[in-house]
Amino acid sequence: MKLTQDEILHVARLAHLELSAAEVEGLGRQLSEILTYIDKLNQLDTSGVEPLAQVMAAFAATDGVLRDDEEAPCGIASEVLKTAPEPAPPYFRVPKVIERG
Amino acid sequence: MVSDRKNGWDVRTIRRALESRQISARELVKEFYARIEAGNRELNAFLSLSPDRAHTQADRVDALIAGGKPLPPLAGAPIAIKDVISTQGIRTTCGSKILETYVPPYDATAVTRLEAAGAIVLGKTNCDEFAMGSSNENSAYGPVRNPVAPERVPGGSSGGSAAAVAAHLAVCALGTDTGGSIRQPGAFCGIPAMMPTYGRVSRYGLIAFASSLDRIGPFASSVHDIAATLAVIAGRDAADATSAQVPVPDLLASLGQPVKGLRIGVPEEYFIEGMQPEVRARVEKGIALLESLGCATVKLKMPHTDYAIATYYIVATAEASSNLARYDGVRYGLRDVGDGTLMSMYRRTRGRGFGPEVKRRIMLGTYALSSGYYDAYYLKAQKVRSLIARDFTDAFSKVDAIVTPTSPVTAFRLGERASDPLQMYLADIFTVTGSLAGVPGISVPCGKDAAGLPIGMQIFGPHFGEARVLQLAHAFEAAGGFTL
Repeated sequence: MKLTQDEILHVARLAHLELSAAEVEGLGRQLSEILTYIDKLNQLDTSGVEPLAQVMAAFAATDGVLRDDEEAPCGIASEVLKTAPEPAPPYFRVPKVIERG
Repeated sequence: MVSDRKNGWDVRTIRRALESRQISARELVKEFYARIEAGNRELNAFLSLSPDRAHTQADRVDALIAGGKPLPPLAGAPIAIKDVISTQGIRTTCGSKILETYVPPYDATAVTRLEAAGAIVLGKTNCDEFAMGSSNENSAYGPVRNPVAPERVPGGSSGGSAAAVAAHLAVCALGTDTGGSIRQPGAFCGIPAMMPTYGRVSRYGLIAFASSLDRIGPFASSVHDIAATLAVIAGRDAADATSAQVPVPDLLASLGQPVKGLRIGVPEEYFIEGMQPEVRARVEKGIALLESLGCATVKLKMPHTDYAIATYYIVATAEASSNLARYDGVRYGLRDVGDGTLMSMYRRTRGRGFGPEVKRRIMLGTYALSSGYYDAYYLKAQKVRSLIARDFTDAFSKVDAIVTPTSPVTAFRLGERASDPLQMYLADIFTVTGSLAGVPGISVPCGKDAAGLPIGMQIFGPHFGEARVLQLAHAFEAAGGFTL
């Protein structure tokens, strides 16, 4: 399973990761090798098998009983903003968004 | 200088010494910080120390003693916390540059419960970045060294916690286990290390890697202390919707119960070509020891074992790619504004802040979830996960516990596997199975190889069967199993 450079760049774009040329090349090789190994899953017949996403769902279940939708003060906003990269209370300031054309 | 001799401090000896006024909690804290000062430079087990908090807690314990009040279960026990677990006011880095300056505004539930039980948090331990690794070589703050042999890895990702306990720099430590990250370092460093059932311990405050796999669990120098620590942190937490409603039994009461008549499953798939012969030999001796205590061994087949690594590295990386999307320079941690636009800030911050292993896993997970590949990879892996879980359910219809080696090899050298990611992933081959199935598992020391490197034996129990697992581990320890 060989990943092309275009595929690597596409995935990096989806993951919002800026990669150097060396990283793109290295990841191409490594991910291809890993995906080749992972291909062994296709040796298994999984028709009729349910996927297992939440391993212990039955034990955490509350039988549909949810807590009341009541607001409670969280009280940590000022703490959180103290360590933000660019606080502008009560906001986090960020660079401008450029509209895609 | 790391001392190898047993130093005598454990949960019970500390409690007795405090109650009889032989030592104060403050003096104990001073002693442990002196050890850390002497030993941490070489080991790099601790990333941050919390003396203010430790002294405040010690004073609280000393006040209880002075007032003649009863002491809580872990009173005075110096404890280390893996740096993926949130501690209010104490820097928490996850072993990453992207959180180099992050200070959580709240405590993880596990930490809150430990302090309520009197334990004293000494500091935060080094780990593979975002808990991704099997050797603690993926930390942005340098590797951790194995106290038993400093040119070797301590295992990962909870290498710092394992090393801290093994080097007597803490009496207990919290680690996290997603694919083996508590059990394998326990094996490499020669100490007991337990992964509870998924949902047994609240994940509130655990900085997420893979949400359907992550678990918090203890390291200690004895099975008693493992049980004592787990008893404090386990149990339903309203702040974690995945935490189990299942009541926690009295875990300490099961220690010392005879194990005669318990059925031990031995799966043939865990005794493979290519594993270190001394590991196989010692674990077989360990199984024989359990037989001599009256356990019956049952040969098992767990046919999907060989597919567990492939399954894990799709499921865990997919979940990680989602969980790590939050590191974008907006609210906390590193920010690099790039060319001054929002998108550039995201890409540059993450490109600069994440290490190579984290990037590798984010890329793999993103690919597995992406349009056109979701069914072939993620959905397929979730189906195989069902089959792996079923192997365990089938096994536990026949046996009370499953015994395997924890790792196919003893601690490898620093740098030995670092440039071959797939080789590194295969280090988890015996641990990821239980991770995917949700069952609890402990690694207990089971002798050493000819080079003096510790070997670990793993005991899996059925879901919520921690009491049974601890009962067996304790019997094994009492019969001399650790030093086979």
